[in-house]
Amino acid sequence: MTARNAIRDTFFEECEELLEALVEGLAQMAVGAGDGETLNAVFRAVHSVKGGAGAFALEALVGFAHRFETVLDGIRAGRIALTPEVMHTLLRSADHLAEQVEAARDDRAIAPEVTAGFLANLYAILGEDAPEEPDGAGDDPCFGFAAVALDLGPLGAGAGLGADGAGFGVGSSVGPGAEVIGFPGPGPREAAPGWRVRFRPLPALYAHGHDPAALFAALADLGPVTVTLDLSDLPPWEGFDPAGAWLAWTIRLAGAVPEAAVREVFDFVQGLCLLDIAPDDPPAGPPAEPAAAPPLAPPPRREARAPEDDPAAGPKPTLRVDLDRVDRLINAVGELIINQAMIEQSVLDLTLSSEAEVIGHVEGYRLLARDLQEAVMAIRAQPVKPLFQRMSRILREAAEATGKQARLVTLGEATEVDKTVIERLADPLTHMIRNAVDHGLEPPAARLAAGKPAEGTLRLSAAHRSGSVILSLRDDGAGLDRARIRAKALARGLISPEADLTEAEIDNLLFLPGFSTAEKVSNLSGRGVGLDVVKNAVTALGGRVAIASVPGEGTEFTISLPLTLAVMDGMVISVAGRTMVIPVASVIETLRPDPADLHGLGPQDRVLSIRGRFLPVIDVAQGLGLPARRNAAQDGAEGPPLLLLVETESQSHCALVVDEVHDQRQVVIKGLEANYGAIPGVAAATVLGDGRIALILDAEALTAQRPPADPAARPPFPNAGVSHASP
Amino acid sequence: MTLRVLAIDDSRTIRNLLRRAMEEAGFACTTAEDGAAGVACFAEVDPDVVITDINMPRLDGFGVIDAIRSQSHNPTVPILVLTTESADALKARARQAGATGWIVKPFEDAAIVSVVRKVTGARG
Repeated sequence: MTARNAIRDTFFEECEELLEALVEGLAQMAVGAGDGETLNAVFRAVHSVKGGAGAFALEALVGFAHRFETVLDGIRAGRIALTPEVMHTLLRSADHLAEQVEAARDDRAIAPEVTAGFLANLYAILGEDAPEEPDGAGDDPCFGFAAVALDLGPLGAGAGLGADGAGFGVGSSVGPGAEVIGFPGPGPREAAPGWRVRFRPLPALYAHGHDPAALFAALADLGPVTVTLDLSDLPPWEGFDPAGAWLAWTIRLAGAVPEAAVREVFDFVQGLCLLDIAPDDPPAGPPAEPAAAPPLAPPPRREARAPEDDPAAGPKPTLRVDLDRVDRLINAVGELIINQAMIEQSVLDLTLSSEAEVIGHVEGYRLLARDLQEAVMAIRAQPVKPLFQRMSRILREAAEATGKQARLVTLGEATEVDKTVIERLADPLTHMIRNAVDHGLEPPAARLAAGKPAEGTLRLSAAHRSGSVILSLRDDGAGLDRARIRAKALARGLISPEADLTEAEIDNLLFLPGFSTAEKVSNLSGRGVGLDVVKNAVTALGGRVAIASVPGEGTEFTISLPLTLAVMDGMVISVAGRTMVIPVASVIETLRPDPADLHGLGPQDRVLSIRGRFLPVIDVAQGLGLPARRNAAQDGAEGPPLLLLVETESQSHCALVVDEVHDQRQVVIKGLEANYGAIPGVAAATVLGDGRIALILDAEALTAQRPPADPAARPPFPNAGVSHASP
Repeated sequence: MTLRVLAIDDSRTIRNLLRRAMEEAGFACTTAEDGAAGVACFAEVDPDVVITDINMPRLDGFGVIDAIRSQSHNPTVPILVLTTESADALKARARQAGATGWIVKPFEDAAIVSVVRKVTGARG
């Protein structure tokens, strides 16, 4: 049923929010900052997860949430003291709850013994033994999730009795003797053994919102009924209390109806009425026990309380929409921007006078399109906070598995990033956190010996910087052991013995496929995958990952990602007769240097001397394996080449040789991987205003993998043709 | 006339489930995300039946029952309480607070519709 599936989706979305609130509340409690309302919020979060999970028969989740909730309830009631051990169990339980939710969402099962371990901790707090059943749900008497005993038999078949119960009002029924009202019921009319129900409401029955007519209608659903009203107790008109209960009824129900079904009709009114259910004309069958219905005093009223808050003071109103719809909108805006560029081009081609009105309109159109695009992209942006919260869970698991002590400090949680980026960052970040705990942080003893606190700190931060999102993870561990990295790379044949590597180059060996410095395969990060997985995932998002390390002080990984995945500001250039685009963000300046500033370096390489620095000069056409340009003409007769000075995320600079620089415009990024495959040096493609397709250059890849001195020694880009964007 | 249901629950999932069950049964359903909001829209919606969760922020289900029973324009409206426990103690508490009936979560659509019909007398 699709409607139910949609609600199931809602449930998991809601679970994310609930788990976020749970973790946040627990974090406050852990530092002693929470109050009673914090605990209530934590309790409600677990409770709501349980409630929703029950609706979808996620029994393991329900069972665990129930036990978790019981512990929280104990804390709330003061039966359980919030010791550091209990706090730790709560945090770990929240982690496990999140895992169970994820597993349920992905239709995975979590090994029962894993859950049993977490349950055992909760039982220990409760001072109980864990039951045999690992999920703890089946054997709990106050925890019946199997069936709802409210089935009233055939419904909707009975003929209409309105909600207002025609004929049952006091006014219309007052009269001598009794009124008899027949309810046509379903089922056979033949005289079957039936029931005689004598029913006398107490005042509380009305106060609880019950309507006798509704009860009779429910009986009528079981079989044909005849209702007789008994007015004998009606007091005289003088001093008549209209709020009293003066009426009684006798209902005869025909048909072979089980007694339980009849009693169930009166389920809710037990104690609110005098009730006697007996077989009608009892010829055969065991006589039913007369119903013991002792009169009850009206229930004491609870202290009336006013609604606490102004309902208007709720959270900011939000609107939930399908991601598909947003993506359709984003696509449409992308097309709009292309269309805008085409119109702009056409208008330019008309070579109108600069006062022409249409030029102003086109400019207005461009600004509007840009505003629209920014607004639309903002819809997909989400704060990284939930992602960071998940990481604190990963950290706890990792610390536990390695016997190290660690805490996570997060900064910039409110930084907003595209939803898809956030989703795809979860795995690489998880890997980096595990890696940092496993390899970065020292064991507590070693840390103490080095004069550091036993507990290591991981600092995870997010920030926006000039069109990019920068995520960084810094540990205060031992730093990279470069001698060992080098030795390992040598042993694996990744580098040659005589290779002269800078520190940064050694550090970057970590990102090579299959590289792992773990002495033994730990069950944590040593799963046969290295940091190359991180790099691939980040690269697939159009981002970079960089590493920096200071011995004894720690290591920092920095991931930089494009802010949006759809549109960017590009500089349109041409290279070897082809139109290409380079991200404006990476271009520092364009220049045509004085030939004296260009120095040869070997037969092929050149460097540019500029403001006291030497920058490598990279020929884009050559780097991409395009036909050589008229080199001699460029360098000789036509003067020095046109250079683009670019800066990459890793802060390195270089000069790219291009043929021409055309203009600067917004381009819509169209991925190549899905349609063609990854090309080193090319980030993506776009459609220009004149309808031509242009490649978007990847400045970082061009500079990082610049051609070697001897082009014959290896292809221009070592990974050409074998690179994969792994999700 | 269409039966009007006011469903109060802080869980969006449960609100959606309730709304769908009620609307498929041909009832009109208004939802509120906590007790205070529920009480606030009670007068406006003037429902024929109220379904409320117990554990909610701002005002819990008992508070909702109180407010409706003691301060509203329709103190005898049927109020159904949603509970995850089937424990008699909780039912007794709900009863004592003035609830008309209770529904054990998780609920089947048919079950909740039948309970609503039961306390309102409404027929499809």
